[in-house]
Order: sequence, then structure tokens, then C-alpha cells
Amino acid sequence: MAKEYETVIGLEVHVELATDTKIFCGCSTAFGGKANSHTCPVCTGMPGSLPVLNRKVLEHAAAVGLATHCEITRYCKFDRKNYFYPDNPQNYQISQLYLPLCRNGYVEIEEDREGQTPEENGPCREGGPVKRVGIHEIHMEEDAGKLIHDEWEDCSLVDYNRSGVPLIEIVSEPDMRSAREVIACLEKLRMIIQYLGASDCKLQEGSMRADVNLSVREAGTETLGTRTEMKNLNSFRSISRAIENERERQIALLEEGRPVVQETRRWDEAKECSYPMRSKEDAKDYRYFPDPDLMPVTVSDSFLEEIRARQPEFQTEKIKRYKREFDIPEYDIKIITEHKHMADLFEAAVALGSQPKKVSNWLMGETLRLLKEKELDPGDIRFSPENLSRLIAMTEAGTINFTVAKEVFELMFEENMDPEKYVEEQGLKMVNDGDALREAVKETIKANPQSVQDYRNGKEKALGFLVGQTMKAMKGKANPVSVGELLRELL
Amino acid sequence: MANQISDEIIEYVGILAKLELSGEEKEQAKKDMAGMLDYIDKLNELDTENVEPLSHLFPAGNVFREDVVTNGDRREEILGNAPSRKDDMFAVPRTFN
Amino acid sequence: MELLSLSAVELGRWIQSGRVTAPDAVRAVLDRIDRMEELYHCYVTVDREGALKRAREVQEKIEAKELTGPLAGVPMAVKDNLCTKGMRTTCASRILDNFIPSYSAQAIENLERAGAVLLGKTNMDEFAMGSTTETSFFGPTKNPRNPEHVPGGSSGGSAAAVAAGECFFAIGSDTGGSVRQPASHCGVVGMKPTYGTVSRYGLVAYGSSLDQIGPLCRTVEDCAVILEILSSGDGEDRRDSTWMPGKLRDLVTALKQDVKGMRIGIPRDYIPENGGEGPDPQVRKAVLEAAGTLREAGAVLEEFDLGLAEYAVPAYYTIASAEASSNLERFDGIKYGYRAGGAQELHRMYKKTRSEGFGPEVKRRIMLGSFVLSSGYYDAYYLKALRVKHLIKKAFDAAFARFDCILGPVAPGTAPKLGESLADPVRMYLGDIYTISANLAGLPAISIPCGSDDKGLPIGLQLTGDCFQEKKILQIAYAYEKAAKGGNKV
Repeated sequence: MAKEYETVIGLEVHVELATDTKIFCGCSTAFGGKANSHTCPVCTGMPGSLPVLNRKVLEHAAAVGLATHCEITRYCKFDRKNYFYPDNPQNYQISQLYLPLCRNGYVEIEEDREGQTPEENGPCREGGPVKRVGIHEIHMEEDAGKLIHDEWEDCSLVDYNRSGVPLIEIVSEPDMRSAREVIACLEKLRMIIQYLGASDCKLQEGSMRADVNLSVREAGTETLGTRTEMKNLNSFRSISRAIENERERQIALLEEGRPVVQETRRWDEAKECSYPMRSKEDAKDYRYFPDPDLMPVTVSDSFLEEIRARQPEFQTEKIKRYKREFDIPEYDIKIITEHKHMADLFEAAVALGSQPKKVSNWLMGETLRLLKEKELDPGDIRFSPENLSRLIAMTEAGTINFTVAKEVFELMFEENMDPEKYVEEQGLKMVNDGDALREAVKETIKANPQSVQDYRNGKEKALGFLVGQTMKAMKGKANPVSVGELLRELL
Repeated sequence: MANQISDEIIEYVGILAKLELSGEEKEQAKKDMAGMLDYIDKLNELDTENVEPLSHLFPAGNVFREDVVTNGDRREEILGNAPSRKDDMFAVPRTFN
Repeated sequence: MELLSLSAVELGRWIQSGRVTAPDAVRAVLDRIDRMEELYHCYVTVDREGALKRAREVQEKIEAKELTGPLAGVPMAVKDNLCTKGMRTTCASRILDNFIPSYSAQAIENLERAGAVLLGKTNMDEFAMGSTTETSFFGPTKNPRNPEHVPGGSSGGSAAAVAAGECFFAIGSDTGGSVRQPASHCGVVGMKPTYGTVSRYGLVAYGSSLDQIGPLCRTVEDCAVILEILSSGDGEDRRDSTWMPGKLRDLVTALKQDVKGMRIGIPRDYIPENGGEGPDPQVRKAVLEAAGTLREAGAVLEEFDLGLAEYAVPAYYTIASAEASSNLERFDGIKYGYRAGGAQELHRMYKKTRSEGFGPEVKRRIMLGSFVLSSGYYDAYYLKALRVKHLIKKAFDAAFARFDCILGPVAPGTAPKLGESLADPVRMYLGDIYTISANLAGLPAISIPCGSDDKGLPIGLQLTGDCFQEKKILQIAYAYEKAAKGGNKV
């Protein structure tokens, strides 16, 4: 009989912090500059340059630590991790090993009861039992530069614009048992960090990167198997695939009586398989030691209180409050509160006097549709709550009909323009002028004798056609209900 | 000498430190390192059981920068000393296959 | 000739009073360099045009009363491990042979703002690793007191330039005695201030937790004036996290000829009675005579057991080598400096570049440092050394509860002959035994001339103070300097 195996997974998640400047120098962290245009002696490892810590990095890192129930190390230090690679200008990375800022935390996810069957990365079942994934530590460190391969010259080129961008590395305990739990954990972390405004956490753009540590063991045994570390996972999809693939690979090895080698592997998304990243020049002996160039950081009570006071209302509390305060479906509440920006938008629009249900409808319907269509994140929403409220108010007042409103919204989604002004300028207001409407209806009746005949013969359907024709003539700027009433009256 | 430095250790340290020693240099390095370690072993005469390692002399910490951009585009300065550059980037032997 | 024997502060006064101009002073010193450099080789780089141009600018500002400070117009030399904008900075290494920084060290900016005129960059042991200036890629510097001897090191070029009249003062760096020991060997004043009082930004790091920048000059007064400017600045422009701005203010107020009641301790193991492991008898005698001079001037001297001195050297070499192995990783042939040709593969390029770029002493320390940090040895070597450093710090804390200052020799002997030192590294390292503790414990320490041996080679007296107590040792040094001059002992 085939043996049953359990997959044991831990995560190392790197998150780029949302700061204006790098962790140790005053260079911009903005994306998209020319190569090496956001660099200085510090972030390019020039001789004699020295690091000075960006205060905001500590604030963000401590905030994430508090939100994930970590103990905050009151006396923490930075250490140097020594290894040679061209993207690392000093050939050591400033990180934290011995005294990381945060330790012993957790996040809660819904447990995957069918954890052993790898499935597509659907969300965990609703209302499943809650499971805690331990956070071993969270530490601050600097990002590396970027290497580009030059096919012409057969060399690599280094751009240090990303060198020194602040990161936190979140190291989980090996508490996950399936790809779905891993995704759930990452989604939870992403939500918390986005709520804090500590990062936008975009996997595709690399502002959130997850390395997966995975081992397998026979079901029912306690000791951990030999693990591998999987890198280069750029989407939830590749994370799921890589986990399934690595699980299968390790089980196959064990079934053949061969050992799993502890190593770092690189996931090849196109080929859907992984390769060991091995070199005899990589000794994996990082010779960590406290960085003498940076002073230790003492975290005071008052600092922590400040950070705590700034923590936002997270999703769990928000859901509870929304249920009390707003009469909208539970499903809507869950989706709206998944992203702080969306929740803020909702609350602000409601505060401006819009009906919660109407706001929710716009967010759940058109907004989600457009986000999906344009492959955007709720964090990317650009329209303001004021403009959304104006749009809702216009539909409420019957100034525009829903078809027009949708068109205006789509444009507002792109440009965040004032919908009132726009409707005014473009002449999209509904025509409530009775004479003009009556004229248009008369014209329709005259132009469609067959349909008129049909209606008179009792075909209700023909009325719909006549309403449509009138609306068309009015360029949509009429209330279809009024048109229908008028038609009935005149016929 | 109490400490013996093997060829393997010298080879390994060479990988860590990215230094390549000739046969003669290697022998000298083994001798020098063993001599230094013998000398450093003198520290074991001291009982440091309850002594904290002192990495930083002064406890005063919390030296911060504010999160304000102070640097502009300094590409020319930064790339000015590069032994090999191309398109505003540092050129290095290829790093992956 | 008279001009060149002035102290920096005296020259500054002459310039302020119009007796001489800054360009005159620069021309005189360049002329001296032209005549003596071939023999002494104090400099790696001399920037004639730059110095003259700068001197003219400074002179205009002096005449416009914009620059009124004591160093305005005074020509200085800077050790070649301090970055100077637009001027080659080599650390006396092949690996940085062609490196031109786009920034200046913060301490050097301070001096230039005060109107000091940079003449050029002085020779040193490669990456400050050495005690003789013989490990320089550009060849050794000779001791101006006797060119068959080394000037000491690693700031040997700076010390020799001051002694030879090839500058009016110089700047060096001190990681284990690299300012004080060459000052002692060349018969000039040299001081290492408390760790963290001078910004290290722009100093190419050797042992970051030990490195401090300090002056080499002709008088204690010069020393106080230069140090005050070196350390100036406020927290607004903080580029070095370990820098504590504003700790050294009004140092010149300490220049009082008064040591009455000041308590000076002499560690017994620095001057053992029956030779033994102690300094050369002539050094011992000169140091004890200096102690006598201070006693006569009213100071209270007492011998005491400091202990641990013999452990300072092995602890130091562990820590300094470990930090150096990491600090020197950035020299890899990618961003600046030397890159070896002919290596197609990345790691081959690293190894070839570094093996060809670094000299033997630097490689020796990088190897040792990489080893003591490597997996399995970190606790036994590196952490052990940090624990011993803690014990040493505590021993000094106890000593400074009793004394204002600790007095002793700078080096066990006078300057050795060229070519005699490098063969036995451990023996050479032992030459740092009296200077190293001040770096491990972060203490300020000054070296001042206190006589010479029978060959006419200078002997240095070292005064070490508690952290941030620069004024106390400057006061004692100043009083000694005046008393010794009065008694014709120097």
C-alpha cells in the first residue's frame, strides 16, 4: 500500500516597505528612473560611505510586528550578511540575524482540512476552523540591485536603483500543510500590511516576494524531513504549482529510497519545474556579525505606544462594525473590507451622505469588474469618494440614467474627474422637458407603424421596442419609464 | 604550533574571501594563520563565562535619518570609476546561464 | 626656512596678520617637498596646482575677513585612506590605484571649510594594515629623523611629512595606534580622540569599531585646534551613525600650564622593573623621566596594575581582521578600482582581481578575519574577543575612577630599520601593545615627544584619558610640553 505523506511548509516573505527613501541613504525608492539614477555613494558601496537608518523603516517594521502579534525586541541590532554577488554592492547585506526586531508572532488563517490533496489555489473554505501560522521573526534589511543580462556583449549589467530599498523579511514557522494554507497565509499577511500602509505588496512587481521552504514526511511522524528552499515565485499561481511540484519530487525521491538534498531551488515558471541553484563558489557561510557602522536600536515604550495608536481598524473588527452599521450583504462586507483602500472609499462615500447599499453596489459591481479587466489592485483605485458620491447623487436624482452613469463611471475610474461637471459639459443630462419628450415619442410612433399596430393588437413586447427607439433618438438622455408612460398614453 | 591549518581550510577561506593563493602563498598562509591562532588562543586563559560580548562601545543608540529624499541623479559620479560600464550600468561577467 | 618650522597655529597667525600669505606658505612647502620627497617619500599624490589655486581663494577670503580661523591658509597633508573629492584616494593599494572619489570625508570637509589648504595625500600601510608604512603599494616612506629607519605606521606618510616640514600638519587614522605610533617614531604630536567624536564618513574603513581620525602636528596647541575642527558639525548633517557631534568643544581652553593635583596612573606592566616583556630600557627611562617632570609640576603619580595588556593584542587582531575582511569585500573590480583582465567567469574575476589587487599583509588579515567569522569558529574566536574587549573596557573604567590620565610609552621601541619588521607578523603586532587598548576601549590618547634614544631616534610619551576627557590629556600634554621645553629635555 502506498504511504501517506504530509507536506510541511514554511515561508520567507520579503516585503518592500513604502518609504520615500532607501533604508540607509537619502536616495529615492521610486520605480522607473533611468538605470543608476537613484544611487549615491552609500547604496553603491563606495569606499568610506556609511549607513544611517531611515526612521520610517523602523516604524513600518514595528507596525507589522505588532499587527502580527509579535514580541518587539527592545534592543535590536543590525548584522552584516557576507556574500559576494554583483547586485550586492558592498558584498555584504545589512540585515538582522542575532537580534531581529520582531519575534514569536502569528497570523490566523482558515485551516485547510483537505490539506493533503493539492488543488488549485482557491480560497479556503468559508467558516473553516481557524489555524495559527507562527511567525518566527520579522527583520529589517536592504534590497539588492538588479542584474540584466546583455546578450550582445555576453555580460551582465548592474543597476543599483533598487539597492538599499528597505525590506522586511517575515519568516514563518513550518506550520502550513498545503498550497491553499500558504496562499491563505500570504493573503492574510498582504491584507495586514496593506492595511498598515507599510507596503503595496504586489507579487508581480516584486514588492512582495515569497520563498517556500518545503519538506515531506510520512503521515503521523513527528520529525521534520529535509527541506528545500524554492525561489523565484512571482504569483500565487506559481507558488501553488511549485509546491505541488516540489512535494511530488520529494515524495518520488523518498519512494525510490533516495535522500532529499537540502538546497535552494529556482522555480522555472515556463517549464513548470525547478532547478537547484548550486555553485561551488557559494559556500553558504554568511559570516554574520553585528554591523559596527550602525548603532543598536532601543525601542521605547512611548515609541511602541505611538505605533500602536496608529494601528488601523483591521478587517475582523471592520466586518463586525459594518454588520452593525450598514445594511448590506455579508458577502459585500467581506469583499469591501479585504482592502483598506476600498473600505476607506466605502466609508468616506457613506459619510458624504450616499446610501451604503448604493456605494456597495458600485464597488462590488463596476469597480471590481474594471479592476479585473485592467488587472489592477483595489489599492490602485483612483477615483475619490467625493466623485463617487456625486455620481450616486445624480442617479438618485434622476439627472442621468444608469446606462449613462456606467459610462461616466468608467471614465471616472480612469481619470477621477468630477462627474457633475462632466455630465454638464457633455450634455448628458436626462431630458425632463415634457414637450421635447412628447415630440420624440410622436416621431417614434410615426416612424414605426408596424410596431404600433402590433402593440395595439395586444403585443406588450412591441412597447419595449418603441421605448428603445425613442431612447435612441434621445441619445439615451431620457428616463425610459417616462417614455413608456408617454407611449401608452399616446397610443 | 598548536593550531594546524589544513589545505581544505585554506581552500574554504579562499572561497569565502575570494582570494586565490599560489602554492607558495598557501603554505605561507597556513603558517601565518596557525601562528596567529596560537596567539589568539591566549584569550582562552581568561574566564569570560559571564561577560557579554561588547560589539558597540557606547549604548546610546537610535540614530535616524528622516524619510526625505536628499539625493538627485548622481549617475555620472557613481559610474565615473567603473572599470567597465555600458548604458549607465556596471558591466560584469555574466552571472547566469 | 624659519617659516617651515612654524607650528600650524603660528603660521595661521602669521597669515592672519599679513606677515605671510597662504600662497607664500604653500609655495614654501611645495619647494620643500620638491627637495625632500625623493628621499622621504611621504606622499602618494601631491596636487601643486590645486593647492596653489585653493591658497589664492583662501587668501582672498582671509583678506575679506570671511576666514578668520586659526587654520585658514595653513597647508595640510591627508592620509590616503580619507576620501578627497576629485583627488585620487588609493589607500596605498593597487586595488584603488585609480580611484577618484566624488565626495570628501566629512572631517576633511570641516578642515577645508576652516580654510586649511590640501597639499596632497600621504603614504601609508596598505589599507592602514601595518606599523611601518612598508606595506604600501607605492613603496615605503623613510623616517626624516633617520632615513634608514621606518617612520612607523600606518599613518607613516603623515607623520614623516610633519617631521620633514613637508606640511604644517597632517591627518591620519588610528585603528590600533596608527596615528600615535608613527608620531612617536617621527618625534611629532599625534592624537586619537574618543571613538565617535570625529565623523568617519569618507574614511575608508579598516576596523569600523576601532577606526578614528586624528591629527599629526608639531605642538599640543595645534593638536587641540585641529581636533576641534575635525570633530565639528551638528546632527543635522549626520552621515556616520557612530558619530556623536559636538563632543569636543572649546578644547583650546584646556591649554593651561597647570597639572597641580591631577592624578596620573602608570600601569606597572607598561614599565616592568627587570626588563622582561616591557619596553626597551631607553624608552622606559624616557617615559619615567617624563613622569618625573609631571610630578615636579604638581601632578600626583601612582603606579597601578591595569592588567590585561597582553590580551589586548590578540583580541584586537581578531576583531580588526574580522571587520576588515567584511569591509574590504566591496573591492571586487565592479564599481571602482582595479579589475584583473582575462577572467570570463564572475568568481574567477573576483578572485583574480582581489589576489592581484591586495598585498600580502592585507590578504593575511582578510584570510584570518574570514576564518574567525566562519561557521563553527565565530563563538570561539570572534565573540571571545568581544568578551575580552568588554573586560578591557571594564579595567579602564575602574582605572579612570582613580586617575585623570594613564601614562606610558607609545611603543616598546624606537623606529626599526627598514625591512626588519615584516618577516614575523606576530612580533610586529606586539609592537602595538601599548596603543591598542585605547582603540578597544574607545579612549582618547595622545603621543608627544619625550626624548630620543642613543641613535637619535625619537621616543613618544602616551597619555590616555577616559572617554570624552580629551581636555584632561591635552592639559597634561600641554603642561609637559612646556615644562620639558623649559628644562631643555627635548
